[in-house]
Amino acid sequence: MWSGIGDKLVRIVARYHGLFLEGIGMTLLLSAITVLLGVVLGSFIALLKMSKFRPVSWLATIYIEIIRGTPLLLQLYFFYFVVPEALKFIEFNKFTSVAAALALNSAAYIAEIIRGGIQSVDRGQTEAARSLGLTSRQTMWEIVFPQAVKNILPSLCNEFVMVIKETSLASTFFVGDLMTQFKTIQGITYLSFEPLIVVGAIYFVMTFLLSKLVAAYERRLKASD
Amino acid sequence: MIRTEGLTKNFGGLRVLKGVSEHIKPNEVVSVIGPSGSGKSTFLRCLNLLERPDAGSIYFEGVEITRRGIDIDRHRQKMGMVFQLFNVFPHLTVERNITLAPVLSGKKTKAEAAEQARVLLDRVGLLDKLDEHPNRLSGGQKQRLAIVRALAMEPDVMLFDEPTSALDPEMVGEVLQVIKGLVKSGMTTIIVTHEMGFAREVSDRVLFMDDGVIAEQGTPEQIFGNPQNPRTKEFLSKVLY
Repeated sequence: MWSGIGDKLVRIVARYHGLFLEGIGMTLLLSAITVLLGVVLGSFIALLKMSKFRPVSWLATIYIEIIRGTPLLLQLYFFYFVVPEALKFIEFNKFTSVAAALALNSAAYIAEIIRGGIQSVDRGQTEAARSLGLTSRQTMWEIVFPQAVKNILPSLCNEFVMVIKETSLASTFFVGDLMTQFKTIQGITYLSFEPLIVVGAIYFVMTFLLSKLVAAYERRLKASD
Repeated sequence: MIRTEGLTKNFGGLRVLKGVSEHIKPNEVVSVIGPSGSGKSTFLRCLNLLERPDAGSIYFEGVEITRRGIDIDRHRQKMGMVFQLFNVFPHLTVERNITLAPVLSGKKTKAEAAEQARVLLDRVGLLDKLDEHPNRLSGGQKQRLAIVRALAMEPDVMLFDEPTSALDPEMVGEVLQVIKGLVKSGMTTIIVTHEMGFAREVSDRVLFMDDGVIAEQGTPEQIFGNPQNPRTKEFLSKVLY
């Protein structure tokens, strides 16, 4: 397995670098779409969960718990096989199915991140704002949310790192992400070890760099406290 | 100015207020004293509905604010409140802390509010902190900021919830000084406090609360000089030296 490994790695990268780059692009695109949609949906779900109207809050809780309590791969299968059948009037292709599943999954986690961030803002802040006569909406936008963002942003960036790794599950459906490229190259070359090393290294570099960026960013936020 | 009738509040199974009926008149300065857990903070926080009473009603300037469907935000603008833990807004500059509410409520233009902020800050000796963030202020400075933030709404009454309890001893004086100035200007003031000397000095009336009711009330001379209720006597003997 180890004989001439360096040589093989170099040859694989040289011959298939186009595929790897495509895979990186697709993985990042899928991750970005997932997190962006996840933030929009997640904010909405967080608002529902914080609703004083119990049934609405329960609905959000049920959603979050189901998503967090079942495997992502199962959810991907569900959106790949079941949802397009059920929603025939919507045109699903592989990409939209996978992106929808990833986004709806991420939304549950992001909802909890946002809710946690908002609830970590001291109650006294809300009380002070309300005592000045601000409406609950003004209090949310002017006082609570700007302070919550400081807690939310770093966790959101970490979620992005998590999503990058999770998109590899989408390769089950050959959507062209980085992990799909591994399967492709494996199929062509009958090699597993070497392309795995290359793909693993790429994932590691991407997530490692991002994590470091987030950490640096967090330090800057802390410094401005 | 503020009248309460049979104010009752429960926290879980615990009855913190057991029917408090009280009338605070315009320009009156009322201190609320009593052991911790006696319901004095809860009473104060009910007055601007930060706590919703479970029973009873509150009239503010002739309007029953406990009625359902009332626009409480509008009435709160007339009731300034100062908290034990300051609750200044850490993400806003000192100036914005003060101008935020007057501008958002449409009471003042940005320019008017900024001018007023300067006047108010000057009055409490914080004008040089205008562009700072509150994390650069000491506890006493934060509390002075919190007071002028409330004053910027030009309230008819000021509610103080143990305004010096979280301060280092050397900063208590500067905050009490500001409150004293306010009281002298004729502001209707209700202050929950453990500073007995201060309560005695500035109050027109002292309410002694115990176990969710006003157990005794009277002028500072009556309450501190010649308390009638054994609970008042016991409490004062513990806190007075």
